[in-house]
Amino acid sequence: MNRRNFLKGVSSGLVLGGAGLVWPRMPLAVPVSMGPAELPAGTLEASLLEALPGKKPLIKKTFRPPNYETPVAYFNDLYTPNDAFFVRYHVVNIPEVAAQPWKLKLGGEALQTPVELSLDDLTRSFERVELSAVCMCAGNRRGLFQPHVPGVQWGNGAMGNARWVGVRLRDVLNKAGVRKDAVEVVFDGADSGIAAYKTPDFVKSLPMWKALDENTLIAFEMNGAPLPHWNGFPARLVVPGWAATYWVKQLTSIDVIAKPFEGFWMKPAYRIPIGKFPNVDRFITQETAVNTPITDMVVNSLITNIEEGQRFRPGQSVDVKGMAWDGGYGIRTVEVSLDEGQSWRPATLGQDIGRFAWRQWSYRFKPARRGKLTVMAKASNRIGQTQTADLILNPAGYHHNLIQKATIQVG
Amino acid sequence: MKRLLLLVLLPVTAAAADEGQIRLKEGAGRELVESNCAVCHSLDYIQTNSPFLDRKGWEATLSKMVNAMGAPIPKEDVPMIVEYLSQYYGK
Repeated sequence: MNRRNFLKGVSSGLVLGGAGLVWPRMPLAVPVSMGPAELPAGTLEASLLEALPGKKPLIKKTFRPPNYETPVAYFNDLYTPNDAFFVRYHVVNIPEVAAQPWKLKLGGEALQTPVELSLDDLTRSFERVELSAVCMCAGNRRGLFQPHVPGVQWGNGAMGNARWVGVRLRDVLNKAGVRKDAVEVVFDGADSGIAAYKTPDFVKSLPMWKALDENTLIAFEMNGAPLPHWNGFPARLVVPGWAATYWVKQLTSIDVIAKPFEGFWMKPAYRIPIGKFPNVDRFITQETAVNTPITDMVVNSLITNIEEGQRFRPGQSVDVKGMAWDGGYGIRTVEVSLDEGQSWRPATLGQDIGRFAWRQWSYRFKPARRGKLTVMAKASNRIGQTQTADLILNPAGYHHNLIQKATIQVG
Repeated sequence: MKRLLLLVLLPVTAAAADEGQIRLKEGAGRELVESNCAVCHSLDYIQTNSPFLDRKGWEATLSKMVNAMGAPIPKEDVPMIVEYLSQYYGK
């Protein structure tokens, strides 16, 4: 056993298999997948299962800043457990924030009355709103781009589905008064870069229309519990349908401003080429002639219960399971193909828990013959968008929504 | 089998891995790379972004680190760092 496997062994007790997750009491021979083989070789070599404080072992992509992805087996559940939810940070100073004396400062030149809110103010003064939504890093599956592009080499696990509880950003802003010249709302969290070197602080902005959307929340609960430290305690932004880059964690300030925000993490970071993707939501004040900030997620799916190459007995039924999601229009169908995409059959959709959440699906079949068989899955949404057969290349590796494939071995 | 499967035959013990265990490949320039890059981030950023960047790709990365992220890398160290990264973590 080489050193790397040893590290993987000691840092994890997690058994990943098609059927789910168990914690072994005895030493076991267990397959541990660090992600699809299409990831860069260096990514697979450097990955290991590692538990941050308060978290289950997750797939470590980088230690500092901490970037950890959720093993796909967890996605067989409708909701992703808080202690298995992925972790993504851009800068290295991540303070532990206590509920008190934490204050959220609202200001900016286009806000009428600057105000400071405590956690109690926030939770007691505004209507409590609950919704289920997918939180997915813009760069999820970046590591699967061919050719590879630099960045955190995420596999499939920089995402999760949770029940969020919070208050509407709109209610909070309206109470303080939004001036007519407001253009964008700017969000900063407690995390920061290395001050001596002026590493750009992670600060994001939203267009007014999205900030004032009834579903955009300042959230303080996740799956019925306070937010975990690593996922934004005590309060984070929830921007349903949009990439998680906007879901600023450990919120400290919200500023309503009268001209477009200029900061590294808005421009040039988190940009997609204009006109390449079928996105509906626009962020016009940030658009340039050639690119635009990433906005809503494209329609997508994942097979969650099949390991690549998994063996099935002849005559045995195969249950394929997975989930599908999009930018908040809602999943209309998930279809499965067993003949390389020549014909497609509808999968059975699971419970609809809201258009921003993911939708589980399943498909049962009996393979007709022995040998290798490729199962393909393709989701479509209610505005007629579907997954792509050819990857749409872009410099930062966003919006990977290829039709999904898993190859099984029968006999 | 396309996906990486690793057989782990060990009992579960409490031992946390950390970035101190990262060892970059031996070679001319390794210490220079470690001392410059690890000031701001763990060295697995280099490992994980390999081996697919060519020299131009590593040059662009260095340029981003210095110009956008504020990395305090002395100008005279840049060529050696690019050389090491291209040779040991390049395509």
